[in-house]
Amino acid sequence: MPDKFLFAMEVMLNGLMAGVLYSLVALGFVLIFKASGIFNYAQGVMALFAALTLVGIKDGQIPFAHLINAIFGTNIHHFGWHLPAFVAIIFTVIVMIGFAWLVQRFIFRHLVNQEPIILFMATIGLAYFLEGVGDLMWGSDIKKLDVGIPKGMNETIELLTYNRFGYGFFIDNLDIFATFLAVILVTVLVGFSQYTKQGRALRAVADDHQAALSVGISLGYIWVLVWSIAGVVALVAGTVWGAKSGVQFSLSLIALKALPVLMLGGFTSIPGAIVGGLIIGVGEKLFEFLVGPMIGGATENWFAYVLALVFLVFRPQGLFGERIIERV
Amino acid sequence: MLYREAGDFSTSYTADSQTFPIRFDRYRYYFILVVAFLVIPFFVNDYWANAILVPFLIYSIAAIGLNILTGYCGQVSLGTGGFMAVGAYSFYKLMTAFPEISIMLHVLLSGCITAAVVTLFGLPSLRIKGFYLAVATLAAQFFLVWMFNKVPWFYNYSMTGMIGSPERTVLGIVVTGPNTDAWAKYFVCLIFVTLCGIIARNLTRGSVGRKWMAIRDMDIAAEIIGVNPLKAKLSAFAVSGFFIGIAGALYFGVFLGAVEVTEAFGIEKSFMVLFMIIIGGLGSIFGSFAGAAFMVLLPVLLKNVFVGGLGWPTDLAAHLYFVIAGGLIIMFLILEPHGLAQLWRLAKEKLRLWPFPH
Repeated sequence: MPDKFLFAMEVMLNGLMAGVLYSLVALGFVLIFKASGIFNYAQGVMALFAALTLVGIKDGQIPFAHLINAIFGTNIHHFGWHLPAFVAIIFTVIVMIGFAWLVQRFIFRHLVNQEPIILFMATIGLAYFLEGVGDLMWGSDIKKLDVGIPKGMNETIELLTYNRFGYGFFIDNLDIFATFLAVILVTVLVGFSQYTKQGRALRAVADDHQAALSVGISLGYIWVLVWSIAGVVALVAGTVWGAKSGVQFSLSLIALKALPVLMLGGFTSIPGAIVGGLIIGVGEKLFEFLVGPMIGGATENWFAYVLALVFLVFRPQGLFGERIIERV
Repeated sequence: MLYREAGDFSTSYTADSQTFPIRFDRYRYYFILVVAFLVIPFFVNDYWANAILVPFLIYSIAAIGLNILTGYCGQVSLGTGGFMAVGAYSFYKLMTAFPEISIMLHVLLSGCITAAVVTLFGLPSLRIKGFYLAVATLAAQFFLVWMFNKVPWFYNYSMTGMIGSPERTVLGIVVTGPNTDAWAKYFVCLIFVTLCGIIARNLTRGSVGRKWMAIRDMDIAAEIIGVNPLKAKLSAFAVSGFFIGIAGALYFGVFLGAVEVTEAFGIEKSFMVLFMIIIGGLGSIFGSFAGAAFMVLLPVLLKNVFVGGLGWPTDLAAHLYFVIAGGLIIMFLILEPHGLAQLWRLAKEKLRLWPFPH
């Protein structure tokens, strides 16, 4: 087989893996949008915040140390413990659930029945707020996140492909791990929403708020629940991305990458988020590989958006989105 | 006592349909113009011009532009940074290609070029709406910034990839380049702000503005009563682009002087202008000014209080800025979704009745 074709295949496989990560972030968006009609721009910052909290708790950092030092002239920074990853993850999940409750109690409870665009802007404000709080709490330096996820080239795949094609494919163990994680997460989420009482309530709320209220489902509870789930999804996404490239500000920008994924897949569809993520991942890697060198490279910055834009002009509701019916 | 319609009789249709029908409002407006044109230029120093006044004026133009698109026509745009970059780069190309023509004309021309580009990116708005459109404008943001980085023609093949404004004069006074006086920068921006304010105010209260607002409130209903959505939406994009282009040109040429595109016109700029119009008030020209003033003053104030007053490290003040800006946006959306402009409107209502309670 020609080399170029093999390279392209390797690029495509890596794109698929990157796509899985995009899907993970997009999933959080879809969950909240379905249940409450809120387009949560803060999802990326939530991932950053979750990853920062995980690192902070694991390494025993004192929250707001920088601020406390500035106010009281002290010089504190660490509690001096190192927790195992498992315990730190449990604590972080608790923090994310607390965060979900705060968001619900102090922001969105007051914004019920507002226009969707107002809610969207509120989440942009929330993103800024959370970004500042995250930096204040844990400091803005780049942190290493190590929770025992395998990293580096997968040798089995390299060996197999080398024997088969005479060219070893480079695939990161981390990406394979992330794929498994995503599959598990989606299975659990689908199972949750199909087979449990809370899941059924969640779908009822997504369908019709008023009808759900009239059969005795508490909207406030469901919204806290769904924000908590989104928080956990953000934690997973943040952990995987953080392990890949360090926990830093740029992590919150993956939210921007997830937006075209959502547009492709449709805002209301979980399978859409997955398929959209894969298409975007493969598309941008292949485009960069094939066309990028001709027009100066770094096309990954915009390709996803332009692809989604062109696609939307022909199908405004996305691949799997519900049909838009407009009435006066 | 002062703020009354009583005793203010209109004797012609022109007088009846003027911008500020209440006498006190009219005099306040003239007073502000006189202070801005005839008093401030004599007292302004470098710090005030560069830290507060010039950015305030330039952001006001950008905010008016975005407010026309988002506040009046209801099309949310997250591409403001990229569109400002179009204005800046077309200004740069025009300035270097035709040095003999006045730069005042170049600023207007770059506004027109930006209007054309923005209209192009506004075309999908005929098919897609709401969030989908907001995300689609991100395509413009990222693509434009990438293009200005990668195509050397735009930055005249300079080694650094940056653009810098050469020295140009208007009526013998230096207005661009490193040797510009503070008052000259201020004055140039002021002229354009006044011009844009008057145009925007009159467009939005005329038939065009009413069509935009009809589209914003419900586009299908607007179409049924005879508003052409194609014309209304695209004209909003074009007018908005014109203002944003002017803002971009001034931001690069007069305010900064030298610009690196990802740094100056990144996605943060888009959000900043969006915050301005949310805090100031969607669908209000006064709100654009108020929001711009607020967002320009807030970091300066925080820096003075925390770094200058309390002696905290600068990065802490920067983080606090995020917390406060984000918190304020949420607070405004909850307490006063119509922004500072609404507070101003309420104050005026109260003033009309004062000293009587009802």
